Amino acid sequence: MATVDDMVPPGEDPAPYHEHVDDPRRRDFINIAAVSFAGVGAVAIVLPLINQMNPSADVLAASTTEVDVSKIASGQAIKTSFRKQPLFVRNLTPKEIAEANAVDVGSLRDPQTLAERTKPGKENWLITLGVCTHLGCVPLGAGEGENKGPFGGYFCPCHGSAYDTAARIRQGPAPKNLVVPDYNFTSDTTVLVG
Amino acid sequence: MSFPWAKHYEPKQPLMRWLDEKLPLPRLVYNAVGAGYPVPRNLNYFWNFGVLAGLALAVQIITGVTLAMHYAANAGVAFSSVESIMRDVNAGWFLRYAHANGASMFLLVVYIHIGRGLYYGSYKAPREMVWLLGVVIFLLMMATAFMGYVLPWGQMSFWGAQVITGFFSAIPVVGETIRVWLLGGFAPDNAALNRFFSLHYLLPFVIAGVIILHIWALHIPGSNNPTGVDVKGEQDTVPFHPYYTAKDGVGVGVFMLVFAALIFFSPNLLGHPDNYIEANPLSTPAHIVPEWYFLPFYAILKSFTADFILPAKLWGVLAMFGSILLLFFLPWLDSSPVRSANYRPKYRLFLGVLLLDVLVLGYVGGAEANARNVILGQIASAYYFAHFLIILPWVARSERPRPLPNSITEAVLAKHGGTSLAHSAVTA
Amino acid sequence: MVRAISSLIGAAFVFVLAIALFGTVKTAVEEPAAESAEHVFHLGPREADLPSAGLAGKFDNRQVQRGFQVYKEVCAACHSLKYVHFRDLTKIGYAEAEVKAIANQWVIEQPSINPETGEAATRKNAPSDPFPSPFINEIAARAANNNALPPDLSLMTKARHDGPDYVYSLITGYQNQPARLLKEFPGAKTPAGLHYNPYFANLNIAMPPPLTADGQVTYADGTKATKDQMARDVAAFLTWTAEPNLEARHAAGLAALIFIGIFCFLAWGAYQNVWRDVKH
Repeated sequence: MATVDDMVPPGEDPAPYHEHVDDPRRRDFINIAAVSFAGVGAVAIVLPLINQMNPSADVLAASTTEVDVSKIASGQAIKTSFRKQPLFVRNLTPKEIAEANAVDVGSLRDPQTLAERTKPGKENWLITLGVCTHLGCVPLGAGEGENKGPFGGYFCPCHGSAYDTAARIRQGPAPKNLVVPDYNFTSDTTVLVG
Repeated sequence: MSFPWAKHYEPKQPLMRWLDEKLPLPRLVYNAVGAGYPVPRNLNYFWNFGVLAGLALAVQIITGVTLAMHYAANAGVAFSSVESIMRDVNAGWFLRYAHANGASMFLLVVYIHIGRGLYYGSYKAPREMVWLLGVVIFLLMMATAFMGYVLPWGQMSFWGAQVITGFFSAIPVVGETIRVWLLGGFAPDNAALNRFFSLHYLLPFVIAGVIILHIWALHIPGSNNPTGVDVKGEQDTVPFHPYYTAKDGVGVGVFMLVFAALIFFSPNLLGHPDNYIEANPLSTPAHIVPEWYFLPFYAILKSFTADFILPAKLWGVLAMFGSILLLFFLPWLDSSPVRSANYRPKYRLFLGVLLLDVLVLGYVGGAEANARNVILGQIASAYYFAHFLIILPWVARSERPRPLPNSITEAVLAKHGGTSLAHSAVTA
Repeated sequence: MVRAISSLIGAAFVFVLAIALFGTVKTAVEEPAAESAEHVFHLGPREADLPSAGLAGKFDNRQVQRGFQVYKEVCAACHSLKYVHFRDLTKIGYAEAEVKAIANQWVIEQPSINPETGEAATRKNAPSDPFPSPFINEIAARAANNNALPPDLSLMTKARHDGPDYVYSLITGYQNQPARLLKEFPGAKTPAGLHYNPYFANLNIAMPPPLTADGQVTYADGTKATKDQMARDVAAFLTWTAEPNLEARHAAGLAALIFIGIFCFLAWGAYQNVWRDVKH
């Protein structure tokens, strides 16, 4: 399809080919129309070629995760996976909740209260993605004995971002708090994420 | 460039002038398929098929690269990864049907392109190199198409791989070793599938490279034409652009119409139902056949059923490869100085028989092997070899060609009744 | 020189083919191939007249849903449907909640792993799951079916010539072996454990007649469940499982053909326009 946008060669006057032009505009209209149609057709074909890279139906369908939280003791956390990303489910201790609430929200880089990041009546359940908002590493702090960092929450070893007990960014290069996904408690002990 | 009256690229805008000094790519395109390439003015629609073949290759590369983003070349999951493309990937069914039918469109267009060359003597001097490179492209296409057909890992894929690699086991002494080397095992499996995928991805780009050489070689003597008479002067040619770009536009439209009809309304017409059954190394389908474009060659393979010095199997394989490789010698097998079959009454007749013969071979290749079909195949195979190796070299000696026109322009004017009235415009 | 060599090579191929031809003719005359029962008694499929057939074919969702019911209550006991997912059922008109309920109540459970012990276990199906296979693997399937393997049905209508018609004809095509067949081919008596069916490639199929009586399933939409009706419905369902994008394909195809048709017309006009002053 060498025809697309060059019916007239670059730098050439079409006149030499059409010596007896009576109405050039009407005559060349059909050339322009044909080339435009080819262009529209090419664009129409490009759309599926781009769309094929979007998540496929099977990926979209597997986008909820059910978590059983009955076995997580106060002060413990588990690491599970949601949409192929790590998910942290943490049962905060009263001390950790108090620490989180004691912070002046206005001083935070990404101001949010603990209550905004948990469900009413379930303030001890901190559910976040385990994906550092800097460049996507998995922060430490969810596993037993891991470094929780200077603010007692999570600590990303890649570039030193430190999160507090509400998983809010307190130090280091990360711009945002750890993301809280959509979830709700389907019973006292099960959480449906996504 | 070939003719002294070819237009020269003269960029007007400063940016294009700057680019032309640093990297004269627009100049290359201008001289290859632009106004800088003078082409005989009398080409008919059969000359569309070269451009259409290029278009088909582009379609195959684009759809193939996108399919490769979803396909998994592992015997355990290949079949279900294709099903996931068909069901779950966005527009996946469109891409896959376009790729599968695109292969058929590519081969169809190329067969017409080859037939055009045979009829109008485009393989003859001074265009032998164009023809030789074309045969190389054809061989590469056959290899690519075969390996692509293995990838979905259906029953026909698997047994096609088994049978085609089986050809090599006909070679005396080392045959079995070569077959095992090709497959990376004793039967088609992961190793074979993975290397076929790798090569299937590679070869189209090799084809694209050889196509560039093919076009390069073509531009030295310039295009042939339906009279086969050499270009004598400027009045015999028109610039490729806009004249043949406009004509190719019509060809592209019709090509797309047929292609779309296949993709959207009969995507499995040219496929085989057995390839929707996952490969099973323990059970051969009742009736295994290759894709339609290999059927004539498959018929030649099947026709050699008797041992004579060499075993029948080796004769079949030799004949099948020979039937393609003999095309390399065509420019020297045909000694007639006249190119176009329009002026060669006897050759034209034999060529007509060859066309019929290849259609018969195609039918036999796909039909069941009963006595009638085998006999038909054996007679048709014999004509195929006789045509190229015996008839073609000798026919020129006893043939009296019809008088050739003095020039392309003369032929064109004769067709229009010799009058010089201005051809009135069609659009009104 | 070229002529001599090529003629010699050509003659060699023609000569070998002549020998082969002689052999073929001799065999055909002396010992003609015997007719086989499959060749004489095999029947091409009867038309199922499904709305999905033809160039503008569409699915009748009510029929496809009825076919799904037949699959669920009759076929699913032996045949898997592994390339189809429960979530796909939304495309034939089930609501998300209905799909969830269908998946949850599906008799055969999804293989999984006990999260405590790591042992193999099963769990209830979710919409994102494929239809579970009734047998854990091929050996189990054969063991339960007199050494025959019930094929997966996801692609059945694309894996046979005229697939929808084939499915419809096969499941309604069981009959007694014709007396003429036994007379002409005494060796072709249907073996014990197999069933005579002229629509099956080799006439003897391992699957017992799946639809045995009218009213074998009770359709929710009140359609009378004759054997013929159930067979058509399940053929419609399997047409959908094999080609779920059929409607989108036909719709896109119509638009594409119209668009390309107009382009052809314009391209022809442009061609005439460009060439108007040049004879060719």
